[in-house]
Order: sequence, then C-alpha cells, then structure tokens
Amino acid sequence: MANMLTATRGRGRWDWTDWAAHLYLLAGVLVMFGPVAWLGLSSLKSETGLNAFPPTLLPYEAATVAVEGRGKLRLYTIDTGDLAGRQLAEIRRVGIQAQMVDPKMPDIIIRVPVEGRTPVMQMRLATENYTSLFGRFDFFRYFWNSSFITIVATILTLLVNSMSAFALSKYRFSGREPVFLIMLATLMIPPTIVLVPNYLIAAQLGLTNSLWGVIWPGVATPTGVFLLRQYMLTLPDELLEAARMDNASEWRIYWRIVLPLSAPALAVLAIFSVMWRWNDFLWPMVVLARSEVYTLPLALNSFQGELTTQWNFLLAMTVMTLLPVTIIFAFLQKYITQGIASAGVK
Amino acid sequence: MNILASAYAAVMNLPERPMRWAQGRLRHGRLGWVFVAPNLAVFGLFSFLPIVIDLVYAGTGGSQLLPSERPYVGVENFASLLDCTNHFDPNTCTRDLFWHGIWNTLRFVVFQVGLMLGFSLLTALVLNRKIMGRGFFRAMFFYPVLLSPVVVALIWKWILQREGVLNAGFMAVGASPVNWLLDANWAFFWSVFISIWAHMGFYTLILLAGLQAIPAEIHEAAAMDATPPLRHFRRITWPLLMPSVLVVFVLGLIRAVQMFDEIYVLTGGGPGTATTFIVQYIYKTGFADGVRQYGLAAAASLLLASVLLVLTLLQLKGQRAKNG
Repeated sequence: MANMLTATRGRGRWDWTDWAAHLYLLAGVLVMFGPVAWLGLSSLKSETGLNAFPPTLLPYEAATVAVEGRGKLRLYTIDTGDLAGRQLAEIRRVGIQAQMVDPKMPDIIIRVPVEGRTPVMQMRLATENYTSLFGRFDFFRYFWNSSFITIVATILTLLVNSMSAFALSKYRFSGREPVFLIMLATLMIPPTIVLVPNYLIAAQLGLTNSLWGVIWPGVATPTGVFLLRQYMLTLPDELLEAARMDNASEWRIYWRIVLPLSAPALAVLAIFSVMWRWNDFLWPMVVLARSEVYTLPLALNSFQGELTTQWNFLLAMTVMTLLPVTIIFAFLQKYITQGIASAGVK
Repeated sequence: MNILASAYAAVMNLPERPMRWAQGRLRHGRLGWVFVAPNLAVFGLFSFLPIVIDLVYAGTGGSQLLPSERPYVGVENFASLLDCTNHFDPNTCTRDLFWHGIWNTLRFVVFQVGLMLGFSLLTALVLNRKIMGRGFFRAMFFYPVLLSPVVVALIWKWILQREGVLNAGFMAVGASPVNWLLDANWAFFWSVFISIWAHMGFYTLILLAGLQAIPAEIHEAAAMDATPPLRHFRRITWPLLMPSVLVVFVLGLIRAVQMFDEIYVLTGGGPGTATTFIVQYIYKTGFADGVRQYGLAAAASLLLASVLLVLTLLQLKGQRAKNG
C-alpha cells in the first residue's frame, strides 16, 4: 500500500506492492470486461442453452438425433441399470418414466426411470441468433440513423465551434469577452433542464421525428469552444499576419491555416462528440417517436421492453450495438485515451 | 483519400465569396461576429431561449404544448411540487414522486460520487506505476465509458436476472439466490455500482494525467530525504493532485445529479420508487405520463437547474484554482 501510494517505480525485484497492484488490475479486468465477455458468449447460446441453470461458460445445448418415423428427439445417456452407458432418444415422458428408443432400432420402446439418465450436451454456436435477427429487427436502418447523427453532428460541431473559437482567440472586438462568458455560462444549462422547451422548439421547427431534431440542439458545445479557443491561443499571430500580407481572405486563413494547426484539439473534440452522440439517449427518446427514425440505443430499449423473455435475440442485438464502438476503440485506443487525458489536464 | 480532400476543399471554399464580401464591408473586429454567429444562434435557440420558455411553462398549467394556449397559474406548479407535510417523508407530499426522486438522487450522489472518486484514484495510482501492459489495463478500465447506457443496462440485466450468472455463482458457494432488481436496497446498490462501472474510466484518465503531470524531480527529492511513503502521499502527491481531484469531483457530481439513462433502462425506477431519480421525474411528468404536465416538469427542471448552477460555479472556481 505504502509504495503504491507514492508511485515510486521499483526496478528489478517484485515486492508485495507489485503483487497487490497486479492483483488489483487483474480483478479490474475481470469486473470491467468480464460482463461484456459474458454477454458475447451468451449471445451465441441457443434458447435451451440460455435457459440452463446454472449456466455453462461455453455455448452447449442438448443434443438431438433424427429417428426414423419419429422426427427429432433429444438424446440421453443412461446412467444406471443394464443399459448404463448407452445413448437413447426420448419419445415422451410419462410420470417418472420415460419412453425411449435406440436411434438405430426405432421400433423397440424402452422404459427408463427419469432420474437414471442425463442429457447429452454438445457445443454449438447458435449463429441463428444473429442471422434471424436481421429479419426481426431492422438493424441496418437503426445503425444508419445512429451513424448519420453521429457523423453529421460531429462535423457540424467541429465547424461551428472552431469558427467561434477562431474569432474568440484571434480577433479583438468589443463583444469578445461577453460572448465568451455567455458561452461558458451555457455549461450551466445541461440538456435535461431544457427538455420541455427544446421539445417545443423542435416541434415548432418541424424537427420532431427527424434526425436533424436530434442533431441541432447539441451542436454548439461550451466545452468545445473552450477547448479549441485555449488551443488556438497558443498559435502565433505572425502566421496570420503573413497570410494577410499574401492577401489571403479571413475565411481562407481560418480553414487553410488555423484549422489544420488545431488538428490535435479538433481530434479531442471529435472523440468527445462521437461518444456523446452515439450514446445519447434521453433527448432522442423525447424527440423521436416513430420507430423508423430510432437510433440504435432507442431501438434496443424498445426491443427489450417488448421481448423481455427472448434473451437470445436481445443479447445478439446488444452485441451488434456495442460491436462498432468496440472495433473503433480497439484500433484507436491509444489516441482516444491520450486525447481525453490531455483535455482533462487543460 | 484524395477524393475526400478535394471534396473537403470544395465545401470549405463555398463560403469564400460571401465571407470576402463581408470582409470588404465590415471593419476587422466586426468580422468576428460573423464567425461566432452560427454558434450563438444555436446557443440562443437551444440553450437561452429554452430557459425563458421554461419560466413560461413553470408559470402556466394545462397540457397544451403551445405557451400561448396555456392558462397562467402563477407559482402554483412550484407550490404543488414543494407542498409537503413533512419534507423528509415523500409520502406526505402532494407530488410524492418528485420527493422520492430528490431523496433518492441525494442518496445516490453521496454514495456514487464518493465511491467513484475513491476507485478512480486507486486505479489511477496503480496505473501510474511501472507496470507491464499498462496501456492494455488503461484501455480495459476505460472501455465501459464508450458503451451506450442502454447496452450497459442490458449487460447487467442479463447478469443480475434471477437465473443469471451471479446467482449461479452464489448458489455454487452455497448461498441462496437473490432477486437483485426486485429488492429495493439491492436495486439501489446496483444502480450505484453500475454507474461507477460505466463512468469511472473517464475520471481515472483525468486523475492519471494529473499524476503524470507532477514533476518527477519532486518525487525524487522526497525519496532523497527518505520521506515515509504515507507522508509522501499526503504531503506531496495528494496536494499536487488536488486540482485534478476537484475537477473530477465536480464533474462527477454534476453528472450524478442528472443520472437517468442506465438506471431507467435497468430498473425503470423501481422496484416501487427505489431508483427513481429527479431526471426521471421530469421525463415521466413531461413526456411519458398519459397527461403531459409540462408546467410541473419545467418547474422541476428549474429547481434542478438552481442546484446545478451552484455546482457549476464550484467547478469554475476549482478550474481557476487549478489554472492559477
């Protein structure tokens, strides 16, 4: 504990604080990622596998066998009696007795006590959870809606916020300080506070049940303006002066010089914006009422309300929803974590 | 990539002419207004105007959406929200759900923010050590932050359900299974736990960056003086980390007061009212109930806004302490 608190980095031999730290991290991985891994594993189980209690780690399900003239029957291993060790298929259960047949001799019915047998399990990935999902659930439409909102909103956020950050950092005008303070003040007006009036405004503008209704309200973010302005303040004014000498227009200076130089700060804002937009829930739920404009989280939420018992589809759908984010994170992990850390330090 | 670049250039060239025209007509400073105009327009329309409309809604009744059609009721909405025989017992209030929401939110904030700060700090301290695969562990702790709240809720619903893996584990060690989300106290516990699970990675990153910003020389000087580790932490690491801790504390607080998404999907606010928080009251009153009581929802929003105002001022003060 002591060493751990002071962050002195031991070299060479491991002392107990190293063990404690690694133990903590391993437990952390289990708690943070374990639930997601469990979701992924479960989503590949068939309905019978999902109903099994206690659950198995891997996707097992009861094996069946096709018996001539009797269709598909469940396969059991007999534990006791003369037949011990043989695999029989069950035709029906009568009380504590089961009528069973040997798959190779379908005409001879054998009666076996129910306790004296165990189901034969086999491993199988229930990919039908995913394949039949697309028929029941318009995944691509919701995916498109979510992607459209995320991408368009992020582009607009970057554009609108960087324009105002440019003016607030590079121009001297009478309104500069008040404007900046007003923008910071909106930090105090989170979307939850203005839920009702924003709904009215969206309705008046004809934006309800439209993806644009989700996009516009969050486009101007005080965090974004602040982040970009702080960064642009560090760019030397001489660059702008040199461009003006060359008769470049102010707009050209903004997008040809200032924007490319602000790329690191823009990247951080883009990461934040994508995170906010992809996961947004309450405002889309208020403004989007028709299911064809639902985003992925909304669709998932309404799906889970309807089908609480159909876990096999629900799990597959949840995996499909988290997969895009997970793939992006796997590739850009380093940049995302560093970007957010750098924003926190400022 | 070339196509993208030229498309980008083409789009960004579009405002060139109007902007040049504006530049010719306006003095240099005035042009600044042109650049801030889009931002101000969106802020005005979706942040400032709504606050004014909130006031109008809060002062009017009925279930019409258009403010002009709503009858004026004065402070009736506020009065009805605040009307209680005993404010500590929500069941004696006219709007009992509002008060359940307030007390639940308060309880939630105390536990969630405190525990999350503790775990984030511990994780940041561990991750600040020289550890093999540090980037991997950092990513693992951060990963849930990226998940949509609905996904978070469903992941845990699957684990916590009666025949779920957690109960299987419990039975394997001889304990009896629990209906985690049907018991008021357990549902509340899991609300706190899951919101920490989903958000602590973000705060860990900020604290970790704060730890790494402490100059190594200071640690070395202390090591030279053979400072005992606990004192080293209390006298050096903690005070130098304080600004980051403050930022995390206030950000976490503002977030916790507005907790809604994950818990709403996971429990629906139940069992009973055990996990109904203040934002859920606003959503339910304004949008989910059969009769949409916009006035009450707006009044409750304004009460929440006043709390958030105080918290945000705290944050700005903290930010100033950090930068100055």
